[in-house]
Amino acid sequence: MVDQSQARLMKQIKFLKAQDVVFWFVGLFVLAGAFLILFALIYDMAQTGIPRINQEFFFNFPSRFAGKAGIYAAWVGSLCVVLVTALLAIPLGVATGVYLEEYAPKGWFSRLIELNILNLAGVPSIIYGIMALSLFVYQFGLKQSILTAGMTLGLLILPIIIVTTREAIRTIPNHIREASYALGATKWQTVSSHIIPYSFGGIMTGVVIALSRAIGETAPLLTVGAVAFIAFLPTAPVMATAPYVSAQWLMDPYTVMPIQMFNWISRPQEEFHVNAAAAGIVLLSMTLVLNALAIFIRYRFRKKYKW
Amino acid sequence: MVKNIKAEVKNLTFSYDKASTGRPVLNSVSLPVHEKSVTALIGPSGCGKTTLLRCFNRMHDLYGSVKYEGKIILQPSGFDILSNEVDPLEVRMKVGMVFQKPNPFPKTIYENVAYGLKIRGIKKKSYIDDKVEDSLKKAGLWKEVSDRLKASASALSGGQQQRLCIARALATEPELLLLDEPTSALDPISTAHIEELVGELKKTVTILMVTHNLHQAGRASDFTAFMYLGDLIEFGESSQVFTNPKEEKTENYITGRFG
Repeated sequence: MVDQSQARLMKQIKFLKAQDVVFWFVGLFVLAGAFLILFALIYDMAQTGIPRINQEFFFNFPSRFAGKAGIYAAWVGSLCVVLVTALLAIPLGVATGVYLEEYAPKGWFSRLIELNILNLAGVPSIIYGIMALSLFVYQFGLKQSILTAGMTLGLLILPIIIVTTREAIRTIPNHIREASYALGATKWQTVSSHIIPYSFGGIMTGVVIALSRAIGETAPLLTVGAVAFIAFLPTAPVMATAPYVSAQWLMDPYTVMPIQMFNWISRPQEEFHVNAAAAGIVLLSMTLVLNALAIFIRYRFRKKYKW
Repeated sequence: MVKNIKAEVKNLTFSYDKASTGRPVLNSVSLPVHEKSVTALIGPSGCGKTTLLRCFNRMHDLYGSVKYEGKIILQPSGFDILSNEVDPLEVRMKVGMVFQKPNPFPKTIYENVAYGLKIRGIKKKSYIDDKVEDSLKKAGLWKEVSDRLKASASALSGGQQQRLCIARALATEPELLLLDEPTSALDPISTAHIEELVGELKKTVTILMVTHNLHQAGRASDFTAFMYLGDLIEFGESSQVFTNPKEEKTENYITGRFG
């Protein structure tokens, strides 16, 4: 033991314990502050918006009269756009993640790609919007359509899906791969019967979080021309007469929830601000539901595999 | 003891790096593996015994370019495992392997054993059922799991998991079974189980086993190869290697003077 009298030792312990308590309070204070601000914001929005939420609000198109305006076009548009985004970004992102982890030879080239994907995840979303404007809208001639919007958001969340897919795959220990290969399995057999099933929970968690980000994204859609005032729904994908299905809806103009909000909030009349708050609550609920789903998936799958 | 030769390593030199000019990991190793017997590979850490074992099913090919020189011939077919024309997949279809740490798939017990058959395109349910039962019996696990084949393999104990891995490897009727320190992660009772099982299995299959445990090599093997720094120092019947080694290095190692 270090040469120290009993009294000194007790004093030292007392000091260290006090230090602990101080940091405990600092941490609690910061946490409480952050929560308080968040709750104040939500509370304020809820108080303004909730009285406005009723069935009509969900099924009315925008109107110049605030009391008659609703979010029908906006939530249908958001769902359509997110559907396109999911259909494009999930297969592409997951396949890329699997390729980079399981197939690509590890070398300077794959490290370069990895670094760039991480960089892409940090690119401001408006940049994606500008790129999509020149590429999808003008070069490909896809106009200001749901397809353009879905592709733009798809690109935006692609890096997130790739990164989370890779992280999910990396949690699978290598001895599982070796067990499969040692039995004579090919790469594809190993990927399809082990890698993807075991990392499914992690991948889906990432996918859902990415989609919930896409739902709230505004800036890139402003650039590719989401219309704020739209009084009709996209063409129905199924119909009563031949050929029964139609992809016309992909090419229709659209609006989405955050853009509808943005439009209402930028009007001078107070009544429209109430509408914006109500739409905000709906949008917030959509993303919270998605995040809850992500947590549920993660929790379910985490318990399933013990290595 | 006179046995037919099942596999033969001929002047095998191995490096992990194709461009390497330094000392290879395995240095011109030659070794016979006798049919229906247990051959143990022993030696201090880093001597190349696991590397040699993993040449037998071309496991190294999974991790980039490696350099094999020499041959490993499977008898009686004369099939050269290390030949450039041979697909590693074909090798792994013929040579089974059990790893150091029990590594069952996080699937059901049944699916674990059936997996090797499934990837070979076998679909007939009755055949697979029979094979699963047969393999589990051979691995001495049938009595413990016959009533819960649909239960997850992760629920089994470590020793049971390792026997499941043995059953999984046996299901595809390998010509040669590689065991890479199969008991190093197990408790003494499970270890005894596995050793007993190895003694039983050698009646039907040829076994090549890496072990750190000299007592295990002495008890469970018919032949022993002692390796040191990538060289094969001595090979012989286990009784001879352990009681009357010809080489001084072998004697020093088995008497615990180094390693």
